[in-house]
Amino acid sequence: MAREIDPSFLALPLRKLADAALSRAKELGVEHADFRVQRVRDQALRLRDGRLEGSLDSEDAGFAVRVVYEGTWGFAAGVDFTPEAAVRVAELAVDVARTSRAINTERVELADEPVYPDVTWISEYEINPFDVPDTEKLDLLADYSRRLLAAAGVDHVDASLLAVQENKFYADLAGTVTTQQRVRIHPELTAVAVDAQTGQFETMRTLAPPAGRGWEYATGGDGAWDWDAELAEIPELLAEKMRAPSVEAGVYDLVIHPSNLWLTIHESIGHATELDRALGYEAAYAGTSFATFDKLGRLRYGSPVMNVTGDRVTPHGLATIGYDDEGVAAQRWDIVKDGILVGYQLDRRMARLKGLGRSNGCAFADSAHHVPVQRMPNVSLQPAPDGPSTEELIAGVERGLYIVGDKSWSIDMQRYNFQFTGQRFYAIRNGRLAGQVRDVAYQATTTDFWGSMEAVGGPQTYVLGGAFNCGKAQPAQIAAVSHGCPSALFRGVRVLNTVQEAGK
Amino acid sequence: MRPQEMVERALELSKADGCVVIAEETSSANLRWANNTLTTNGVTRGRQLTVIATVDGALGTSSGVVSRSAVTPDRLESLVRAAEEAARANSPAEDAQPLVTESASAADWDTPPAETSIGVFSDFAPALGEAFRRAASEDRLLFGFAEHDMVSTYVGSSTGLRLRYDQPTGKVEVTAKSPDYARSAWAGSGTRDFADVDVLGMDADLARRLRWAERQVDLPAGRYETLLPPSAVADLLIYLYWSAGARDAHDGRSVFSKPGGGTRVGERLSELPVTLYSDPNEPGLECAPFVVAHASSAISSVFDNGLPLRATEWISNGTLTALLQTRHSAGLTGLPVTPGIDNLVFTGPDGGPTLDEMVARTERGLLLTCLWYIREVDPQTLLLTGLTRDGVYLVEHGEVTAAVNNFRFNESPVSLLGRLAEVGRTERALAREWSDYFTRTAMPAVRVADFNMSSVSQAS
Repeated sequence: MAREIDPSFLALPLRKLADAALSRAKELGVEHADFRVQRVRDQALRLRDGRLEGSLDSEDAGFAVRVVYEGTWGFAAGVDFTPEAAVRVAELAVDVARTSRAINTERVELADEPVYPDVTWISEYEINPFDVPDTEKLDLLADYSRRLLAAAGVDHVDASLLAVQENKFYADLAGTVTTQQRVRIHPELTAVAVDAQTGQFETMRTLAPPAGRGWEYATGGDGAWDWDAELAEIPELLAEKMRAPSVEAGVYDLVIHPSNLWLTIHESIGHATELDRALGYEAAYAGTSFATFDKLGRLRYGSPVMNVTGDRVTPHGLATIGYDDEGVAAQRWDIVKDGILVGYQLDRRMARLKGLGRSNGCAFADSAHHVPVQRMPNVSLQPAPDGPSTEELIAGVERGLYIVGDKSWSIDMQRYNFQFTGQRFYAIRNGRLAGQVRDVAYQATTTDFWGSMEAVGGPQTYVLGGAFNCGKAQPAQIAAVSHGCPSALFRGVRVLNTVQEAGK
Repeated sequence: MRPQEMVERALELSKADGCVVIAEETSSANLRWANNTLTTNGVTRGRQLTVIATVDGALGTSSGVVSRSAVTPDRLESLVRAAEEAARANSPAEDAQPLVTESASAADWDTPPAETSIGVFSDFAPALGEAFRRAASEDRLLFGFAEHDMVSTYVGSSTGLRLRYDQPTGKVEVTAKSPDYARSAWAGSGTRDFADVDVLGMDADLARRLRWAERQVDLPAGRYETLLPPSAVADLLIYLYWSAGARDAHDGRSVFSKPGGGTRVGERLSELPVTLYSDPNEPGLECAPFVVAHASSAISSVFDNGLPLRATEWISNGTLTALLQTRHSAGLTGLPVTPGIDNLVFTGPDGGPTLDEMVARTERGLLLTCLWYIREVDPQTLLLTGLTRDGVYLVEHGEVTAAVNNFRFNESPVSLLGRLAEVGRTERALAREWSDYFTRTAMPAVRVADFNMSSVSQAS
């Protein structure tokens, strides 16, 4: 199916507004000005036990003007799509810069980027979810729910579908003009088992990650996810979890499936290699990073089998885009090479500030009302070209755990100490799976953990995971991001029993 | 077109059996800084119109919710039709109830939206500049964020509701660090208008805390007598509040479910006479006195829009007395209708001590500053994990004697209520982690004899 930029977005007076705002900013003597129209359409459908619990179809649209005036940022946003309003917002942005320059002691300058006079980019999908009737979406979720509810031992089922269409128009004084559209979707189901007498309950959630794909992903029509197979196996997996023994706390070798490892990558590598964080710009909120700039090229991040890339080009990636919110073309680069820190995520200001040449295109705003900040690209752990299968990794473990699916996550403000749980945990004894255990959390320090990675799986184990809702910055912004990784083997990781942690 | 006119026009256009329209006008101003200099700033305006259409059918009433920003008069009809189409596409809503009619019309319905601007910082910004200069001269780095939002909400319905509310929300957070980043301290405050924010006073307090950290002591993981300040208590109890949905408890899938069926309402959670309540009229923490629900969920219902909110005690004298209820879940549980309210107050026995007084009566223990990255580990016990941040201090013989390394904790706020050793004086508090969503809290400091510091964090 041909993909096209939503005509209703193109019908907005994009260029007229841009011309009005940028011309006015230029008259006022700015060093830099950019103009952005952003429209984000979200749909959220939630079913509880097969019945519709809530639905919301929302759209957030507006435009923003960002300037550098006498070395100081100024930003303003508005919602009235008229040239007069665009001029007022441009004037307001300059006013904000004027007001703020008294407390700015660091002159803002931006790295150079080629000019792209008029370019268009659309993400890869087949069927725009917003072109599908709601009844079709609800019928599919209800069908998926009924399959789970029909199984013995499943007492409740939560089903949800999130779909997003994001449109951006960007223009700057240098002459770059970009028009883009991307679509993403996340169907999810959770089965719940309740033992009413004891009060015990457990859940088992689908592992299908959110994806930069269309409606075809929810139906399984693109072959990217086998919903029939996953829904068929969940009830028995949940029943086994309910009767599984509680884990014995201690030190274990872990084989971690990509459905869990993506989140560990996100927290301990993705956020840790944001240069704004490493430079202290995020210190008051999400924190700084142990991977400080002086360690670039020297820090041993992990074992020699660790190779991590950043990119904004992976097909179906949630952070994939043609051009970022500063008009920088999408790229791919190394972050960790053979276990050594070799790269950061950059925007144009930080690239210039640290003499790193061109930005690698990591400036992003989640709405017209927010200023672009340095945001995560797709950050992925690369597989070994001829690497082992997951079964072969498990075969190399005498006493350990195999961890599948993500659940709870937390890491400190310099990205050292973390704790993760999962959907299910299998005991490994003498190289074989020996049934599920429960109440597992693993804790480690980032460099210890990645240093203990003995082997990464081959391309056949690689899965592109991710999230819709990565949070950062003040005012708070969310972003969607993908993390690909293979299965991997870690030696000697601390495992907690969460029931004991609760003092039971 | 004014928001009131948008509401009226949308209701006129409605062909559904029922209709609720929510118009929200927002304005916002913010300043962000790091390393004693401004980093970003901005002012924004926003406008959102949400139409909830309800359609009666043989099997029940369905609802459709469509929300759009920047709606112009010529797009209004398409928005109303989209909501009606969504309602017809949806199956009957489980939470369907008659639309609310009982609220009196707002006397100030015709009042224009309130708004904020960069001018809200007219006194604050120069003081912040002075704080930067003072910090720089004293070898201290300041990082932080100040934000002021104003939201004017108009709710109208086909059953005659006309309600209006202006909600100001402000906060300021300041982190101070030594130049080598080895020592760190945090202070935060919620505010309605920035008139009560003393940034130089905050900086002075931070300077004192950095001096506390000039002596550093390493301690291992373990269970410690711990003083949690109001910010940390707010973060833990906000999570408890968000987890207190009656529907989940009734279904047996919450920490507030009773084994054998039903909820734990009526069960004693704390031996101390602590009370957790919300009240839209709480002085300094005022919030909307009626339900505003953009979507239905386990703890909210679009059919409840406009329902009056009254002071509600969730925990009274140590006993669980209410859970978050919609009219629908109240019908399921047989308990009163107690919808969520946008503030939270926790109190202990009258005459509780100040935090300084609690420090003075501590023989040996830890004093925290705030908590961070709080996530749920186990919903059955409401076990939460997270980390201490920006100052953990060792208290010995009634005085702060050193700073201690940070820790990861694993604790349940429900369990903590049963283990409180002392509850201090309640004061206005800003939660560190959840302040993006919830700023209106008043909390006391508390003492816990055995707070579970699960492991050491190297972060500073």
